[in-house]
Amino acid sequence: MKGERAYLRRFSVLLLIALAGCATKSPSLLDAKGPAERTASSIWWPMVWVATAVTVFVVVMGAYGVVRGRRIREEDIRRDVPWGDRFILIAGLGVSGAILIGFFVFSLARAATLARAQPGLEITVIGHDWWWEIRYPNGAVTANEIHIPAGQRVNISLTSVDVIHSLWVPQLGPKIDLIPGRTTHAWLKADQPGEYRGQCAEYCGLQHAHMAFFVIADPPNDFVTWMANTANPATPPSSALAMQGQNVFLSNTCIGCHAIKGTPANATLGPDLTHMATRTTLGAGTIPLNANTLAAWIRNPGQFKPGVTMPPTTLTSQELNALVTYLLSLGFPAR
Amino acid sequence: MTTLADRPSERLEQLWAEEPGLGTWLSTVDHKRLAKKYLYTAITFLILGGIEASVMRLQLAHSNLKLLDPETYNQLFTMHGITMIFLFAVPVFSGFGVYMIPLMIGSREMAFPRLNAFTYWGFVAAGIFMYSSFLIGKAPDGGWFNYPPLTSQSFSPGPNIDFYALGLIFLGLASTGAAINFITTILKMRAPGMTLNRMPIFVWGELAMQVSILFAQPALTLATVMLMLQRHWHWHFFDPGAGGDALLWQHLFWIFGHPLVYIVLLPGLGIVATILPTFARRPMVGYTWVVLAEMATAFIGFGVWVHHMFATGLPSLALSFVSLTSFLVAIPSGIQVFAYLATLVTGKPKLTTPMLYVLGFILIFVIGGVSGVMTASVPLDQTVTDSYFVVAHFHYIMGGVALFPTLAALYYWGPKMFGRLLDERWGKISFWLTFIGFNLAFFPMHILGVIGMPRRTYTYASHLGWDSWNLTETIGTFIMGVGILITIVNLVRSTRRGEPAGNDPWDADTLEWATTSPPADYDFETIPEVRSLHPLWDQPELKDGAQPPELGGRPLAHGHRVLATSLLDAKPEAVVDMPHESLWPFFLTVGLMGFFYGALTRIGLVAALGGFVSLVSIVGWIWPRGQTQEM
Repeated sequence: MKGERAYLRRFSVLLLIALAGCATKSPSLLDAKGPAERTASSIWWPMVWVATAVTVFVVVMGAYGVVRGRRIREEDIRRDVPWGDRFILIAGLGVSGAILIGFFVFSLARAATLARAQPGLEITVIGHDWWWEIRYPNGAVTANEIHIPAGQRVNISLTSVDVIHSLWVPQLGPKIDLIPGRTTHAWLKADQPGEYRGQCAEYCGLQHAHMAFFVIADPPNDFVTWMANTANPATPPSSALAMQGQNVFLSNTCIGCHAIKGTPANATLGPDLTHMATRTTLGAGTIPLNANTLAAWIRNPGQFKPGVTMPPTTLTSQELNALVTYLLSLGFPAR
Repeated sequence: MTTLADRPSERLEQLWAEEPGLGTWLSTVDHKRLAKKYLYTAITFLILGGIEASVMRLQLAHSNLKLLDPETYNQLFTMHGITMIFLFAVPVFSGFGVYMIPLMIGSREMAFPRLNAFTYWGFVAAGIFMYSSFLIGKAPDGGWFNYPPLTSQSFSPGPNIDFYALGLIFLGLASTGAAINFITTILKMRAPGMTLNRMPIFVWGELAMQVSILFAQPALTLATVMLMLQRHWHWHFFDPGAGGDALLWQHLFWIFGHPLVYIVLLPGLGIVATILPTFARRPMVGYTWVVLAEMATAFIGFGVWVHHMFATGLPSLALSFVSLTSFLVAIPSGIQVFAYLATLVTGKPKLTTPMLYVLGFILIFVIGGVSGVMTASVPLDQTVTDSYFVVAHFHYIMGGVALFPTLAALYYWGPKMFGRLLDERWGKISFWLTFIGFNLAFFPMHILGVIGMPRRTYTYASHLGWDSWNLTETIGTFIMGVGILITIVNLVRSTRRGEPAGNDPWDADTLEWATTSPPADYDFETIPEVRSLHPLWDQPELKDGAQPPELGGRPLAHGHRVLATSLLDAKPEAVVDMPHESLWPFFLTVGLMGFFYGALTRIGLVAALGGFVSLVSIVGWIWPRGQTQEM
């Protein structure tokens, strides 16, 4: 029986994926990769089956009525239907009520499980138009990539500096809003190391569509190293070109918004760039990060993300080249 | 005053007819003429909202398309929501109500004919006001839910949000007036003998709808006024930086916004419960339960608003309560569906076009209902909310109920309104295209939500596997669009060339079928005495037109008058003189339009002038005219 259910479930997931074409890369909430999402969506299949049963019942009974109607004469219709009120009350109030209350209790229990406070690494996520700032207890600051230790619970406090955003990683957990003036709380845990895509789910203006992020679950030891490295100041420029790039960065408008720890740049309006070369995308998941895209982005970010706060620049190609070289050197020091 | 003719029908004609021409086009207070205006205007907005949807669907047909820039997309999805909800769904059901309710309750007018005119003109003017924002490319872009701080001055300095806030305050005046008019008409103007338990279900649905509007609207008006004060006059209700709270708006908005779902749903279900028994050739099974379910829905609907805020981090206890009410609000809907089924299996269903739309709707309503139950679960809702799953859910409910019962009603009541039947063959083609298109457009949205696509995004990346479902939806949208257009063309053609309908083409049970098609200016030659829940099935004399005085018919032909009756058991209480055509409601609307444009541009002189014209119009409207008072 249990095996049968599991089989059915697997079959339905496969069916859904097959229906979705090449949807294997879709961040599906039915493909849960952590306990929070498993708990939250555990009610999904019971509800889908009941919903399907109800729909099928309505279709069959309605179709029966239409077919039966073909066979009877209008004179045979009886005005009083002795079972009518009983049927409506038993089906509509009794059976439906019992199912609904059952689902309510089921989901209440799941909600209680989710709400239970437990210790874990405490991190802070701050929403910005249109990117994510992530702060760790050791002072590490990064953007748009939430590193967590795989297999461990991470407690997140969330707020926003501008409008309301919502953090959503379909495979890892329920949504939670980031509301200016308030602090909300959620937790995440990924069973296995991996990369899980998330996206802002609350409409937040022009570039709501381009406010993605990634939860990157590292093996716990790697995570400890990562967090320590991230808290360190930036790697100093190691070549003349990179040195020139740093000068370009520090003598232009870049420092008005961005911080690079270990240099005079310490503004917090835009993403912290101290270790930006360790990240994989630009513009909160809008384009992949490499030398070409970075140069194009710095020249005119609006071509990828119209309305983005970062202004276009008028650097010469030589300056741009130096700046890109510098920024891409901002990784972790080799061990 | 001219002398009245001897024959009652001629006399009534003299008393109730309006001079044709442009003058009365603006000044008419006739419920039938105003209702047609309501319906034409609402259908125009349906087409506009449909065009907005179609353009958005083209943009989303494939990943990374650049047909629309984000600003335009945001304006389109905002205006699509505002249009479909405020300018199509609510007014279209008001339109059917304004036409049918006086007929279904055996009266000759709405209780307040000039208010009726004003609420129509106010609706049109508020719609034009909001749409005029497109002329300067500054349409509202904060979503129909318009959450601050995104919609505060700091993040939206343009006039976009002002169009939204002022437009909805303006529209709120009209819909509140309409609610008062409907409630009074339904409770006080039913024909003698139409006790509350003989009132047609559609009338109950309209009553539930209008009572809900009356209690829900103030929350929206309050919220929008507060937002305007914050935007332009340095108040801080929703500004966390100055001690305000962004969540306050969400509470106020959804205290209005969730009942609004039922405001649209209940009259639609009323239409279903009107058409279904007619073509099942039997009375509705469980009339009392259906009526109680409609009223219960309207009531419980005021206790579920927080389920739009499950992801805002409110305390679990509050969420649990609302989760429970959200589960329970499904029970009255279930009761109604089971009553429909019981009626179908004990009758002889005839698959006419209106019946097809109704049956199609029942399926759509059930699918939307069960997905709605899923969002009542706090943890599940927290994972699917703000994804396309929710877009699918509410299009199945709101879109389904605004579209299918409306189209059903056009085929069902169109013959009464225009005297001619609509073409059945094209009707059925239209149904199948609309039904298939609807499901192709909206069903895949469930799946897209589950595989991670968030709402209100103007584009999406190609590697996420969302392309094929989005393309399916776009194709479905256009199929549905063709289906709806066929009905509109069918309607226009049939009103001229359709087969004559006769008084009662469907052999239906309610009083509107006792009148001629289209009804005379005075609707009923004699105000009928009602002795049954199904007057036309049980009182054969009504089939032949006027109920003769010896069977209870009251000619009431000595003045421009209607009968007022008691609230519960419809005993005659008074004879009421009704007003004639008046231009004041139109002038009042023009004045208010000036006032709101003045407030929008913050040019005090324009606002003051508009306010002055409004004031003069109100004085002109209520100025005593010394009408006949004798019995």
